[in-house]
Amino acid sequence: MIVVVSFLVVLMLVGAVAASIFRDLISAVIAAALVSLIASILFYFLQAPDVAMAEASIGAALTAAIFIIAIRRTKRYEE
Amino acid sequence: MRKIVSIILLVIAALGIRLSLKEVRFGEHETEVGKHYVDEGRDETGATNIVTSVVVSYRGFDTLGEVTVLFIAATGLGAVLTAGGGGKMRKTEPASLVLYTGCRILFPLILIFGIYIFIHGHLTPGGGFQGGAIIASGFLLNYLGCRERRISRVASNLAESLGGLIFVVIGLLGLVFGGYFLLNFLPKGTPNTLFSAGIIPIIYIAIGFKVGSELASIIDNLIEES
Repeated sequence: MIVVVSFLVVLMLVGAVAASIFRDLISAVIAAALVSLIASILFYFLQAPDVAMAEASIGAALTAAIFIIAIRRTKRYEE
Repeated sequence: MRKIVSIILLVIAALGIRLSLKEVRFGEHETEVGKHYVDEGRDETGATNIVTSVVVSYRGFDTLGEVTVLFIAATGLGAVLTAGGGGKMRKTEPASLVLYTGCRILFPLILIFGIYIFIHGHLTPGGGFQGGAIIASGFLLNYLGCRERRISRVASNLAESLGGLIFVVIGLLGLVFGGYFLLNFLPKGTPNTLFSAGIIPIIYIAIGFKVGSELASIIDNLIEES
Protein backbone atom coordinates (compact mmCIF):
# COMPACT_ATOMS: atom_id res chain seq x y z
CA MET A 1 0.00 0.00 0.00
CA ILE A 2 2.66 2.49 1.04
CA VAL A 3 4.65 1.60 -2.09
CA VAL A 4 1.67 2.27 -4.33
CA VAL A 5 0.89 5.55 -2.60
CA SER A 6 4.49 6.78 -2.76
CA PHE A 7 4.68 5.82 -6.44
CA LEU A 8 1.50 7.79 -7.09
CA VAL A 9 2.79 10.79 -5.15
CA VAL A 10 6.05 10.78 -7.12
CA LEU A 11 4.07 10.55 -10.37
CA MET A 12 1.89 13.44 -9.20
CA LEU A 13 4.96 15.57 -8.46
CA VAL A 14 6.39 14.77 -11.88
CA GLY A 15 3.09 15.79 -13.46
CA ALA A 16 2.99 19.04 -11.49
CA VAL A 17 6.55 19.99 -12.44
CA ALA A 18 5.91 19.03 -16.04
CA ALA A 19 2.78 21.20 -16.14
CA SER A 20 4.80 24.20 -15.06
CA ILE A 21 7.77 23.75 -17.40
CA PHE A 22 6.12 22.57 -20.62
CA ARG A 23 6.17 25.17 -23.39
CA ASP A 24 3.39 23.38 -25.27
CA LEU A 25 0.27 24.43 -23.37
CA ILE A 26 -1.82 21.45 -24.47
CA SER A 27 0.80 19.13 -22.95
CA ALA A 28 0.81 21.25 -19.80
CA VAL A 29 -2.99 20.89 -19.50
CA ILE A 30 -2.70 17.12 -19.92
CA ALA A 31 -0.04 17.03 -17.19
CA ALA A 32 -2.30 19.08 -14.89
CA ALA A 33 -5.16 16.66 -15.59
CA LEU A 34 -2.82 13.82 -14.62
CA VAL A 35 -2.24 15.55 -11.27
CA SER A 36 -6.01 15.73 -10.73
CA LEU A 37 -6.49 12.11 -11.70
CA ILE A 38 -3.85 10.91 -9.25
CA ALA A 39 -5.27 13.21 -6.58
CA SER A 40 -8.63 11.51 -7.04
CA ILE A 41 -7.04 8.07 -6.60
CA LEU A 42 -5.35 9.31 -3.43
CA PHE A 43 -8.67 10.69 -2.15
CA TYR A 44 -10.12 7.22 -2.67
CA PHE A 45 -7.29 5.69 -0.67
CA LEU A 46 -7.95 8.24 2.07
CA GLN A 47 -11.55 6.90 2.24
CA ALA A 48 -13.23 9.91 0.66
CA PRO A 49 -14.87 8.32 -2.39
CA ASP A 50 -17.29 11.19 -2.97
CA VAL A 51 -14.48 13.73 -3.16
CA ALA A 52 -12.65 11.34 -5.49
CA MET A 53 -15.63 11.26 -7.82
CA ALA A 54 -15.92 15.04 -7.95
CA GLU A 55 -12.17 15.47 -8.43
CA ALA A 56 -12.03 12.92 -11.26
CA SER A 57 -14.92 14.33 -13.24
CA ILE A 58 -14.36 18.04 -12.62
CA GLY A 59 -10.58 18.21 -12.18
CA ALA A 60 -9.52 15.72 -14.79
CA ALA A 61 -12.26 16.01 -17.41
CA LEU A 62 -14.11 19.31 -17.34
CA THR A 63 -11.26 21.64 -16.31
CA ALA A 64 -8.91 20.18 -18.89
CA ALA A 65 -11.57 20.54 -21.57
CA ILE A 66 -12.24 24.17 -20.66
CA PHE A 67 -8.50 24.93 -20.71
CA ILE A 68 -8.09 23.26 -24.09
CA ILE A 69 -11.01 25.23 -25.53
CA ALA A 70 -9.41 28.43 -24.22
CA ILE A 71 -6.01 27.48 -25.69
CA ARG A 72 -7.65 26.85 -29.06
CA ARG A 73 -8.77 30.49 -29.09
CA THR A 74 -5.32 31.78 -28.17
CA LYS A 75 -1.78 30.55 -28.81
CA ARG A 76 -0.69 26.99 -28.33
CA TYR A 77 2.98 27.66 -27.53
CA GLU A 78 4.33 29.81 -24.76
CA GLU A 79 7.22 32.10 -25.69
CA MET B 1 -4.33 64.14 15.24
CA ARG B 2 -5.06 61.46 12.67
CA LYS B 3 -2.08 59.46 13.85
CA ILE B 4 -3.31 59.48 17.42
CA VAL B 5 -6.79 58.38 16.37
CA SER B 6 -5.40 55.54 14.26
CA ILE B 7 -3.13 54.42 17.11
CA ILE B 8 -6.11 54.39 19.51
CA LEU B 9 -8.18 52.41 16.99
CA LEU B 10 -5.33 49.98 16.54
CA VAL B 11 -5.05 49.46 20.30
CA ILE B 12 -8.81 48.89 20.58
CA ALA B 13 -8.73 46.39 17.72
CA ALA B 14 -5.77 44.57 19.23
CA LEU B 15 -7.50 44.40 22.61
CA GLY B 16 -10.64 43.02 21.01
CA ILE B 17 -8.74 40.33 19.14
CA ARG B 18 -6.76 39.46 22.26
CA LEU B 19 -9.89 39.14 24.40
CA SER B 20 -11.74 37.03 21.85
CA LEU B 21 -8.77 34.76 21.24
CA LYS B 22 -8.49 34.17 24.98
CA GLU B 23 -11.86 32.42 24.87
CA VAL B 24 -10.73 29.98 22.17
CA ARG B 25 -9.17 26.88 23.64
CA PHE B 26 -6.66 25.71 21.10
CA GLY B 27 -5.87 22.02 20.83
CA GLU B 28 -9.01 20.87 22.64
CA HIS B 29 -12.10 19.25 21.28
CA GLU B 30 -14.49 22.01 22.11
CA THR B 31 -17.08 21.23 19.47
CA GLU B 32 -19.26 18.18 19.86
CA VAL B 33 -21.14 18.76 16.61
CA GLY B 34 -19.02 16.43 14.46
CA LYS B 35 -19.45 13.60 16.92
CA HIS B 36 -23.17 14.28 16.98
CA TYR B 37 -23.41 13.97 13.18
CA VAL B 38 -21.57 10.65 13.16
CA ASP B 39 -23.51 9.18 16.08
CA GLU B 40 -27.01 10.50 15.51
CA GLY B 41 -27.01 11.45 11.82
CA ARG B 42 -28.50 8.22 10.58
CA ASP B 43 -31.36 8.21 13.06
CA GLU B 44 -32.12 11.91 12.71
CA THR B 45 -32.12 12.19 8.93
CA GLY B 46 -32.59 8.61 7.74
CA ALA B 47 -29.68 8.87 5.31
CA THR B 48 -27.00 6.19 5.59
CA ASN B 49 -24.43 8.40 3.94
CA ILE B 50 -23.34 10.79 6.69
CA VAL B 51 -21.79 13.22 4.19
CA THR B 52 -25.13 13.55 2.45
CA SER B 53 -26.98 14.08 5.69
CA VAL B 54 -24.61 16.95 6.50
CA VAL B 55 -24.63 18.48 3.01
CA VAL B 56 -28.37 18.33 2.36
CA SER B 57 -29.96 18.28 5.80
CA TYR B 58 -27.80 19.84 8.52
CA ARG B 59 -26.06 22.29 6.19
CA GLY B 60 -28.77 22.46 3.53
CA PHE B 61 -28.90 26.24 3.45
CA ASP B 62 -25.19 26.37 2.66
CA THR B 63 -25.77 23.97 -0.23
CA LEU B 64 -28.45 26.28 -1.59
CA GLY B 65 -25.83 29.03 -1.59
CA GLU B 66 -23.33 26.83 -3.41
CA VAL B 67 -25.89 25.97 -6.07
CA THR B 68 -26.66 29.67 -6.45
CA VAL B 69 -22.96 30.48 -6.93
CA LEU B 70 -22.72 27.86 -9.66
CA PHE B 71 -25.89 29.19 -11.27
CA ILE B 72 -24.55 32.74 -11.31
CA ALA B 73 -21.23 31.56 -12.76
CA ALA B 74 -22.97 29.65 -15.56
CA THR B 75 -25.35 32.51 -16.31
CA GLY B 76 -22.55 35.07 -16.32
CA LEU B 77 -20.45 32.96 -18.64
CA GLY B 78 -23.39 32.50 -20.97
CA ALA B 79 -24.13 36.24 -20.94
CA VAL B 80 -20.50 37.17 -21.67
CA LEU B 81 -20.03 34.61 -24.41
CA THR B 82 -23.30 35.14 -26.22
CA ALA B 83 -23.13 38.95 -25.96
CA GLY B 84 -21.31 39.09 -29.30
CA GLY B 85 -24.32 37.55 -30.96
CA GLY B 86 -22.21 34.83 -32.54
CA GLY B 87 -23.45 31.30 -32.48
CA LYS B 88 -22.20 30.22 -35.87
CA MET B 89 -20.33 26.96 -35.71
CA ARG B 90 -16.87 26.80 -37.18
CA LYS B 91 -16.30 24.09 -39.75
CA THR B 92 -14.66 21.19 -37.96
CA GLU B 93 -13.44 17.94 -39.35
CA PRO B 94 -15.50 14.92 -38.29
CA ALA B 95 -14.33 12.87 -35.33
CA SER B 96 -12.36 9.69 -35.87
CA LEU B 97 -14.15 6.35 -35.95
CA VAL B 98 -12.85 5.35 -32.52
CA LEU B 99 -14.11 8.55 -30.89
CA TYR B 100 -17.42 8.40 -32.76
CA THR B 101 -18.14 4.78 -31.80
CA GLY B 102 -16.94 5.29 -28.24
CA CYS B 103 -19.18 8.31 -27.88
CA ARG B 104 -22.21 6.51 -29.26
CA ILE B 105 -21.76 3.55 -26.91
CA LEU B 106 -20.46 5.33 -23.80
CA PHE B 107 -22.69 8.41 -23.74
CA PRO B 108 -25.87 6.63 -22.53
CA LEU B 109 -23.88 4.58 -20.03
CA ILE B 110 -22.26 7.69 -18.56
CA LEU B 111 -25.67 9.34 -18.27
CA ILE B 112 -27.09 6.30 -16.48
CA PHE B 113 -24.10 6.20 -14.13
CA GLY B 114 -24.50 9.86 -13.24
CA ILE B 115 -28.23 9.43 -12.62
CA TYR B 116 -27.53 6.36 -10.49
CA ILE B 117 -25.08 8.35 -8.39
CA PHE B 118 -27.43 11.18 -7.58
CA ILE B 119 -30.48 9.00 -7.03
CA HIS B 120 -28.53 6.90 -4.52
CA GLY B 121 -26.89 9.94 -2.92
CA HIS B 122 -28.36 9.17 0.49
CA LEU B 123 -27.19 5.54 0.47
CA THR B 124 -23.81 5.37 -1.26
CA PRO B 125 -20.96 7.86 -1.70
CA GLY B 126 -21.66 10.65 -4.12
CA GLY B 127 -24.68 12.81 -4.69
CA GLY B 128 -26.05 15.65 -6.74
CA PHE B 129 -22.78 17.46 -7.38
CA GLN B 130 -20.82 14.36 -8.32
CA GLY B 131 -23.63 12.92 -10.44
CA GLY B 132 -24.12 16.25 -12.18
CA ALA B 133 -20.42 16.54 -12.94
CA ILE B 134 -20.38 13.01 -14.38
CA ILE B 135 -23.38 13.83 -16.57
CA ALA B 136 -21.64 16.99 -17.77
CA SER B 137 -18.52 14.98 -18.69
CA GLY B 138 -20.82 12.69 -20.69
CA PHE B 139 -22.09 15.72 -22.59
CA LEU B 140 -18.49 16.79 -23.14
CA LEU B 141 -17.81 13.41 -24.77
CA ASN B 142 -20.92 13.92 -26.87
CA TYR B 143 -19.61 17.28 -28.10
CA LEU B 144 -16.24 15.76 -28.95
CA GLY B 145 -17.52 12.66 -30.69
CA CYS B 146 -20.94 13.13 -32.25
CA ARG B 147 -21.49 16.84 -32.56
CA GLU B 148 -24.48 16.41 -34.85
CA ARG B 149 -26.47 14.99 -31.92
CA ARG B 150 -27.50 18.33 -30.48
CA ILE B 151 -28.80 19.01 -27.00
CA SER B 152 -31.90 21.15 -26.86
CA ARG B 153 -31.12 24.38 -25.08
CA VAL B 154 -34.74 24.70 -23.97
CA ALA B 155 -34.60 21.31 -22.22
CA SER B 156 -31.32 22.22 -20.55
CA ASN B 157 -32.69 25.53 -19.29
CA LEU B 158 -35.86 23.79 -18.14
CA ALA B 159 -33.93 21.19 -16.14
CA GLU B 160 -31.79 23.92 -14.57
CA SER B 161 -34.73 26.13 -13.57
CA LEU B 162 -36.84 23.21 -12.34
CA GLY B 163 -33.96 21.93 -10.21
CA GLY B 164 -33.51 25.28 -8.47
CA LEU B 165 -37.26 25.76 -8.13
CA ILE B 166 -37.80 22.32 -6.53
CA PHE B 167 -34.99 22.96 -4.03
CA VAL B 168 -36.42 26.30 -2.90
CA VAL B 169 -40.05 25.10 -2.89
CA ILE B 170 -39.21 22.07 -0.74
CA GLY B 171 -37.30 24.33 1.63
CA LEU B 172 -40.28 26.68 1.85
CA LEU B 173 -42.67 23.75 2.42
CA GLY B 174 -40.55 22.87 5.44
CA LEU B 175 -41.09 26.43 6.60
CA VAL B 176 -44.84 25.97 6.16
CA PHE B 177 -45.12 22.59 7.88
CA GLY B 178 -42.64 22.82 10.71
CA GLY B 179 -41.41 26.33 11.11
CA TYR B 180 -37.95 26.31 9.62
CA PHE B 181 -36.43 26.25 6.17
CA LEU B 182 -35.52 22.82 4.72
CA LEU B 183 -37.25 20.87 7.48
CA ASN B 184 -37.38 17.16 6.65
CA PHE B 185 -41.17 16.93 6.67
CA LEU B 186 -41.59 13.66 4.74
CA PRO B 187 -41.51 10.28 6.54
CA LYS B 188 -37.97 8.98 7.00
CA GLY B 189 -38.70 5.33 6.22
CA THR B 190 -36.25 2.54 6.95
CA PRO B 191 -32.61 3.50 6.45
CA ASN B 192 -30.70 1.77 3.65
CA THR B 193 -33.67 1.59 1.30
CA LEU B 194 -34.12 3.71 -1.81
CA PHE B 195 -37.29 5.43 -0.59
CA SER B 196 -36.01 6.73 2.70
CA ALA B 197 -34.58 9.87 4.26
CA GLY B 198 -37.57 12.07 3.44
CA ILE B 199 -36.71 15.11 1.33
CA ILE B 200 -32.99 14.33 0.97
CA PRO B 201 -33.23 12.22 -2.24
CA ILE B 202 -35.64 14.69 -3.83
CA ILE B 203 -33.33 17.61 -3.15
CA TYR B 204 -30.29 15.67 -4.37
CA ILE B 205 -32.07 14.72 -7.61
CA ALA B 206 -32.94 18.40 -8.12
CA ILE B 207 -29.31 19.37 -7.46
CA GLY B 208 -28.12 16.66 -9.85
CA PHE B 209 -30.28 17.97 -12.68
CA LYS B 210 -29.29 21.54 -11.92
CA VAL B 211 -25.53 20.96 -11.71
CA GLY B 212 -25.53 18.66 -14.73
CA SER B 213 -27.38 21.08 -16.96
CA GLU B 214 -25.34 24.06 -15.73
CA LEU B 215 -21.96 22.44 -16.37
CA ALA B 216 -23.17 21.07 -19.70
CA SER B 217 -24.38 24.53 -20.73
CA ILE B 218 -21.00 26.03 -19.75
CA ILE B 219 -19.29 23.55 -22.10
CA ASP B 220 -21.94 24.13 -24.74
CA ASN B 221 -21.41 27.89 -24.64
CA LEU B 222 -17.62 27.60 -24.70
CA ILE B 223 -17.54 25.19 -27.62
CA GLU B 224 -20.14 27.03 -29.66
CA GLU B 225 -18.63 30.46 -29.28
CA SER B 226 -15.02 29.47 -29.89
